Amino acid sequence: MQPAAHPSSVLKQKDLELARVFAAYTISATAWLVFATFIGILLAYKFGAPDFGSGAWLTFGRLRPIHTNATFYGWASIALVGLAYYVAVRSCRTQLYSVRLAWVGLWLFNIAAIAGTIALDLGYNDGNLEYREWPWPIRLIFLSALLVTAWNLVGTVARRTTDDIYLSNWYTMGGVLWTCIIAVVAILPWYQYGLGQVAVSGYYMHNAVGMWFTPLALGIFYYALPKLLSRPIYSYALGVFAFWTNLVFYPIIGSHHFLFSPLPWWLQTTAIVFSVAMLVPVLGGSANFLLTMRGRFGQMRESYPLAFIFVGVIGYLVGSSQGTVEAFRSMQAVWHFTNYTVGHSHLTMYGFVNFAVWGCIYALLPAATGKYPGQAGLALHFWMALVGSFIYVLSLSIGGTIQGLNWIQGSPFIQSVVDMGPFHVWRGVGGILMFLSHVVFAWNVWCMTYGPSARAAPLVPALARDDTA
Amino acid sequence: MNKLVAIAGGSTLVYAGLALLMGVLPGITLSQTPAGPGVNPLTLIEAEGRDVYVANGCSYCHTQQVRPLTQDKVFGRPSAPGDFAYQTPELLGSERTGPDLTNIGARQPSAVWQYIHLYNPRAVVPESIMPSFSWMFDVVDKAPAGITPVPLPKAYAPANGVVVPSSEAQALLAYLMSLKQTAWQENKTTAGTPPAPSERPATTSLAATQAPSAGASAPTISGYDAAKGKQLFSANCSVCHQETGEGLAGAFPPLKNNAVVNDANPGAHIHNVLFGLEGVPVDGVKYESAMPPFSTVLNDADIAAIVNYERSSWGNHGKLVTAQDVAAERAKGK
Repeated sequence: MQPAAHPSSVLKQKDLELARVFAAYTISATAWLVFATFIGILLAYKFGAPDFGSGAWLTFGRLRPIHTNATFYGWASIALVGLAYYVAVRSCRTQLYSVRLAWVGLWLFNIAAIAGTIALDLGYNDGNLEYREWPWPIRLIFLSALLVTAWNLVGTVARRTTDDIYLSNWYTMGGVLWTCIIAVVAILPWYQYGLGQVAVSGYYMHNAVGMWFTPLALGIFYYALPKLLSRPIYSYALGVFAFWTNLVFYPIIGSHHFLFSPLPWWLQTTAIVFSVAMLVPVLGGSANFLLTMRGRFGQMRESYPLAFIFVGVIGYLVGSSQGTVEAFRSMQAVWHFTNYTVGHSHLTMYGFVNFAVWGCIYALLPAATGKYPGQAGLALHFWMALVGSFIYVLSLSIGGTIQGLNWIQGSPFIQSVVDMGPFHVWRGVGGILMFLSHVVFAWNVWCMTYGPSARAAPLVPALARDDTA
Repeated sequence: MNKLVAIAGGSTLVYAGLALLMGVLPGITLSQTPAGPGVNPLTLIEAEGRDVYVANGCSYCHTQQVRPLTQDKVFGRPSAPGDFAYQTPELLGSERTGPDLTNIGARQPSAVWQYIHLYNPRAVVPESIMPSFSWMFDVVDKAPAGITPVPLPKAYAPANGVVVPSSEAQALLAYLMSLKQTAWQENKTTAGTPPAPSERPATTSLAATQAPSAGASAPTISGYDAAKGKQLFSANCSVCHQETGEGLAGAFPPLKNNAVVNDANPGAHIHNVLFGLEGVPVDGVKYESAMPPFSTVLNDADIAAIVNYERSSWGNHGKLVTAQDVAAERAKGK
């Protein structure tokens, strides 16, 4: 909206800088996505061919944390921060607090992710503690990237020309600031001995996901969805309500990852109670998005960005509600330790976070760069990702349930391994579709940035070299 | 500006409070959980082995927590808070693609089996999907003094030379062997471990079965629950003796045509299952590996089912036994 109103060359220069930052974050994140999911395919293959690639560097136990950490901290984190910057600048009608800091942050994120990947492959794993496996000095680099981002994001919002702070920025600023605390709590060693560390793991595992990816993804929803539909969010107040309830309920539910463990029984019960309470912000948030779309669902036929965001909202609703159901002791007695939980984590991280990121990138990046991906590329990405993840989640949910029932029946353990066989194959089929869709996404990102734009740009191509003057 | 302070600062303050309450404070309190009786710190080589375990991500597929649920009883007694006093990093894990290892040092104490299994799991468990850790072993012309080569089955052994464990594999073995549960303590007062569930009812199918008549020369399969026996054998015995009952030449003795298994007097057979076997030649062959005792893991009816399955499978014709026979043998003690 701004460029047309302010044709001054200074502003144009600023727009260009923002577009470059946004593009660089997106490209970098996409490279991590392709890498991380390629590792994922390799891992899926090993379930059927355990002797394939059986050296130290390619062993399952080293590749698995590489897959999860590269997905979390390479792909999703970098992509969401790039989006958060763009949304902050546009919604606050201002400029980035510091373009230089944005670049510094991007380098720090990448240095951490590269160093972490190499360390894990060499066997430097900080205790197999999920999502904090990188050796702590590398996690300090990641923390510094978060601090730089927090400073820059808050600085940008502080320079806003609007009176109010738009809701998106509540979520994105909050997410970055809270995650700084999460990272510090995870690193300090003094209260992490034996069972104490189990308690910290319970807290960390869930907060690193739910107080980082969730608020950032929700934050960009609140900007991109009204933008795509050219209508305001259904209820601003409901968004504020979901913000505070999410903040208060979410940090308490972590211990539901350790039901039936030797952690204090009351801590587990508290986690279950608040897992149910999480329905409040989840239903509130999802309803808000869906009601914003009311009467306009048909628009998805023309707009793939809207379709991606719709799947993301449904992923959020279904994945989070599933999380509540899973938290009950009666359900955990069947599903805990099975592949069902792997299905759940992909439903949430993929069905919700990935689709949210994709929808918002497709909605906003062309506006920044003036370049568009082709309709065929969008369609191919959308359908392969959707069908692939559907097969993936469904096969692991069914297989995981069979696994859990097998154990309850008292069959020899190996029976649960044998019975998972066909579901491992289906997981691989879904995984391959998902991976291929990411390759298409990478092409689309290229088209939206430095590659050939698919259609005549309505805006000035901001990234064209000759446009800088 | 005030809005920014309220939203960013306020929510961060709230979050910091919750992080303290749900992360740091439980961490501080539970870090002081005293070690349970008999729970000891790891030795140097065991700690080295734990590093190998962590470096190769073993805990992504193996848990180290036994829940107070019936289906977890095969892995040991429910884990108690005092078990984890020296377990840093905590390796409780979140997935059981493979079995729980809390008590693996007691459940599978055979070093020979562990080495074969690490070198290539499919050599002992054909359906296994665990990675091979063969890079932790060296292939040499002749084993150095004091180190026994790993007796791999022919299909898995290298064409030339013998396989010996590297220092990494030796440390990993030491760590696995250190994973032994101490005797059950009532821990209800110290923390939230729930009351232990009541003992799993004994599988009754056998207890009710009449002993076959003493003079029967060929036992009838219908005299016991064959399916139950096969299932228990698969869960407890087949990783060494194999589903074929043929064992692994040079590593684990065959049960097929085994003199003790076919002996009209089942006493020795029952005794071996109850109390294990070590250093005793089997049918004239001496084996390196020790057999673990099952007296603490399985009840009389289950052991009778296993013994009967072995006595009537693979062409064996041993006299069938009853749970009472097992009870009598158990009463005699080791």
